[in-house]
Amino acid sequence: MSLPAFDALAVGDVVAERTTRLTRDSLVRYAGASGDFNSIHYRDDIAASVGLPGVLAHGMLTMGLAVQPVVDWVGDAGRVADYQVRFTRPIVVDPVDGAQVSVTAKVGALDAAAEAARIDLTVTYNGDTVLGKAQVRVLLGAK
Amino acid sequence: MNPELVGRAFPPTSPYLVGREKVREFARAVFATNPINLDPAAAREAGYADVVAPPTFAVVVQEHTLAQLLAEPDGGIDFTRVVHGDQRFTFSRPIVAGDELTAQLAVTAVKTLGAHSMVTAESTMTDPSGAHVVTAISTLVVRGDES
Repeated sequence: MSLPAFDALAVGDVVAERTTRLTRDSLVRYAGASGDFNSIHYRDDIAASVGLPGVLAHGMLTMGLAVQPVVDWVGDAGRVADYQVRFTRPIVVDPVDGAQVSVTAKVGALDAAAEAARIDLTVTYNGDTVLGKAQVRVLLGAK
Repeated sequence: MNPELVGRAFPPTSPYLVGREKVREFARAVFATNPINLDPAAAREAGYADVVAPPTFAVVVQEHTLAQLLAEPDGGIDFTRVVHGDQRFTFSRPIVAGDELTAQLAVTAVKTLGAHSMVTAESTMTDPSGAHVVTAISTLVVRGDES
């Protein structure tokens, strides 16, 4: 994979799009990998007992998967210099159908001096955005 | 929540050794497909010593500092009411398998908004030489009593 040319980018360009299907299996896998064993992410009875509409995806799983289309676009996982999100809406993961999470990554700002781009992510589930101010700063200059 | 948490000194966490298989396991769990996250040969070709951790892997190390915060006896933070508000990672360089990271917690803000309160916790992770690797910043919202 080759590095995108900084000079060819313009604010507003869509650089990556992806839809990921989360299932309950994805949540169990993330729980094990991350060490976050909060049971609202795999037990319906516990989720219901604290007033949730169902088992929720870990916010950090959503954050983690949302940046992957950008990582693949730059072709180098080490070029992410900064990544921030606000968690605005939970993702309910149905035991049978799971949940479809869609990511669109767009150039939000360009920093010519640093050859860095701010990529803004729009992350939706069921037509609603689930992350606010989701921004990734990627370095596109020579290393 | 106790506003005196701001500026309190916390001990650094014991060093966390980043394992190659842990990085690969985490990478698969966040749907990473970049070979540099998964294949040591691809990572070396790109100039890294070993597989590169996905950006959000830093949360695994940060978690140890958040546990310190929640365990503070006079902190007044009820874990069952905590909701994750914001998260940020700022890197000096990516985390690579083989790294040994030490995290230092600082509470930078405590705010009250009606019945809810918010705490901002910053975890600074360094390598054994003391060089900065990444800072993870979390804002946690603690829900107050529903009335």
